[in-house]
Amino acid sequence: MEAIPDTSGYMVAGYVVAFATMGIYVLSVYLRNRNLQRDLETLKELDPEKISK
Amino acid sequence: MQSKPIVLTILDIVSIIVLGVAAYLALVFAPTELVMGDVQRVFYFHVGTAWVGLLGFVLAAIAGIAYLVTKDMKWDRFEVAAVEVSTMFFFITIVLGSIWARPAWNTWWTWDPRLTTAAVTELIYIAYFMLRQGLEDPEKRARFGAVYTLLGGLSAPITFMVIRLFRTIHPVVIGNASAEAQGGFDMTADMRTAFFFALFAFTVVFIDLMWHRVRLGGLQEKVEQLKLNISM
Repeated sequence: MEAIPDTSGYMVAGYVVAFATMGIYVLSVYLRNRNLQRDLETLKELDPEKISK
Repeated sequence: MQSKPIVLTILDIVSIIVLGVAAYLALVFAPTELVMGDVQRVFYFHVGTAWVGLLGFVLAAIAGIAYLVTKDMKWDRFEVAAVEVSTMFFFITIVLGSIWARPAWNTWWTWDPRLTTAAVTELIYIAYFMLRQGLEDPEKRARFGAVYTLLGGLSAPITFMVIRLFRTIHPVVIGNASAEAQGGFDMTADMRTAFFFALFAFTVVFIDLMWHRVRLGGLQEKVEQLKLNISM
């Protein structure tokens, strides 16, 4: 019976890439959301009357 | 901006849990494939991300049609969200496929019909964002996006069907593979459990990320509108 080839390094690399990509994407959504919230606060301070909606 | 709905918070938690379970099933529960070894385990996430990637491109095309019919900007936000989330997932699909191909096919990349259509699909949607950036007028941008995703959406079924229609070395999971397919394998019951759970897990994560991205689009629109109001 042939031995199973050791390809675990490729497997680890694959899962690292998958989780890292998803993590970076989630972080980017979080950061964009935080920046927009800050912009919104600044705009409210600039002219609260025009932001009555 | 409206506060985060409780359902979305629950969905965040569920997404983390199901993704963790999917990783456990793929890495521990599923048996090691005898010919390829552990690298075969990337198959579960490869197919899972491909499924939501192509699903999002089709949903973006449907949202594009909805925008063209209704002219409602909410469909544009939905479309952008679908394309962005799917482009991210489809990038993972391509990288995982390449990593799997190295030991299975002895090459990182080959211009096989499936790999070529997948690469073209990814490039179409990367170009979508670059082209959108060049349009200032929101309505023109939305109209362009709708038509573009409608045409780009054709690449999703083509990418899915290409391994069933042409001679290719890419294995087929469901249906008959071509005679040239290399690296295919018969799934055991435990492999099928890991496979179908990964499909389910990525569907949940996809919905969660879509929801967040649609909300982000709404906030973006609100800030842009306020900037316009103040400058007037």
